[in-house]
Amino acid sequence: MALKGNLQDFSATQLLHLINLARKTGMLVVETPRDQARLCFREGKLIYATLDGQDDRLVSILQRAGKISEELARTIRARSDIKDDRELGVLLSNAGYVTQKDIVDSVRTHVLEVVYKLFTWPEGVFRFEPNALPVEGRVTVSIDLENVIMEGTRRLKEWERLQEELPNLDVALRFTDRPDARLRTINLTVEEWRVISFINPRNTIRQIAQYNNMNDFQIRRIVYGLLQAGLVELIPPEGIEIKPAPGVPAPTVVSPVQRRPAVKRSIVQRLIDRIREL
Amino acid sequence: MQIVKMVVTGPFAAGKTQFIRSISEIDVVATEARISRSEEQAIKQETTVAMDFGRITVDDDLVLYLFGTPGQRRFEFMWEILSEGMLGFVVVVDSTRPETFREARLILETFRNYAPTPYVVAANKQDVEDAWPPEDLRIALHIDPAVKVLPCVATDKESVKNVLLELLYSILETMDSEE
Repeated sequence: MALKGNLQDFSATQLLHLINLARKTGMLVVETPRDQARLCFREGKLIYATLDGQDDRLVSILQRAGKISEELARTIRARSDIKDDRELGVLLSNAGYVTQKDIVDSVRTHVLEVVYKLFTWPEGVFRFEPNALPVEGRVTVSIDLENVIMEGTRRLKEWERLQEELPNLDVALRFTDRPDARLRTINLTVEEWRVISFINPRNTIRQIAQYNNMNDFQIRRIVYGLLQAGLVELIPPEGIEIKPAPGVPAPTVVSPVQRRPAVKRSIVQRLIDRIREL
Repeated sequence: MQIVKMVVTGPFAAGKTQFIRSISEIDVVATEARISRSEEQAIKQETTVAMDFGRITVDDDLVLYLFGTPGQRRFEFMWEILSEGMLGFVVVVDSTRPETFREARLILETFRNYAPTPYVVAANKQDVEDAWPPEDLRIALHIDPAVKVLPCVATDKESVKNVLLELLYSILETMDSEE
């Protein structure tokens, strides 16, 4: 089924998070009145990206990265017999102009530049085309989206959005149980490590910010990144007594058992039987 | 007679009233008003302002009431009233309108705070080509893996039955785990 929407409603961060968690394969096309980006994924990993109007052939990517000279680039473009980027990569590598690492690093940088640009688009319509892959012959890479999300979030300057996504700082954090979320494989900043070192069901996000001398914006930005990367999740804090403001009566504590209606198991079973009959 | 109550909630125009209509044995008592805001008029002409009410009678001793909440924020004061004493709740989400997902998440969190009762998410309009699959909705709405996100077509009685049955199974599981 189609995955369509607008970046105003579902941000680039959330989209990448979804693609990562669902391990999707296909092409994400994002369009604004001025730009169009195509990002390709294989099993949740970013393998290629291109912007409409940008020359994304390997020769141009290597030239922009400073790996080959303008003159060599011109010579390569003049040769009409080399149309496949992979073939070109092998030729350049064998001739000693570039190493395989140069090629991979340059393509990787190109792909990341496109995806980080996407983070700065406040609006645009998107659609995900399942199983669509890059043009045949392009050199692809394999980039973990957790790092992309983290870096994209670092670049995100949307204070209002962060506040909306994480309105309450009086909640705690815990590490997710996802087996594929490994801290060792993710590049974290010193500040992010400092936050992570205080993650504990007894510490609220506000307390973690206080321990690290961070303001609300800084802590929100870091926690939001960790949440979107699927490394942590929000939980109610343990053993925290919420004190009412001066002059405000303490709220009545309602236990779950009190609030839940006294309904016996047999009643639920009768409801099930009746609805099955309908 | 014992009355059991369930709440059907979700964003504006998610399909809550239709959900109840498809399963209720009585004509749904709907409290709808014509919509005044032009952007909402583009989506539908009338909306629920107080509640919808549907009923399923089990026998002389037991009846299930279904309450549909108003989807617009300005009628939020009704939500807590309707949630009082509910056995569980269904969050109906229009799978074709990602612009409502954030609102759905906020409504879900609000109802979870009202009462710690089991709930399921009904990914409505799965018969429409542009519908987001339930598992993608789960990620978009940050739904816990333990909570069911179910495909739903609110106009289809069998589909609505399935959602209600799954909610009742979740309620049974919760009761079992608490014993």
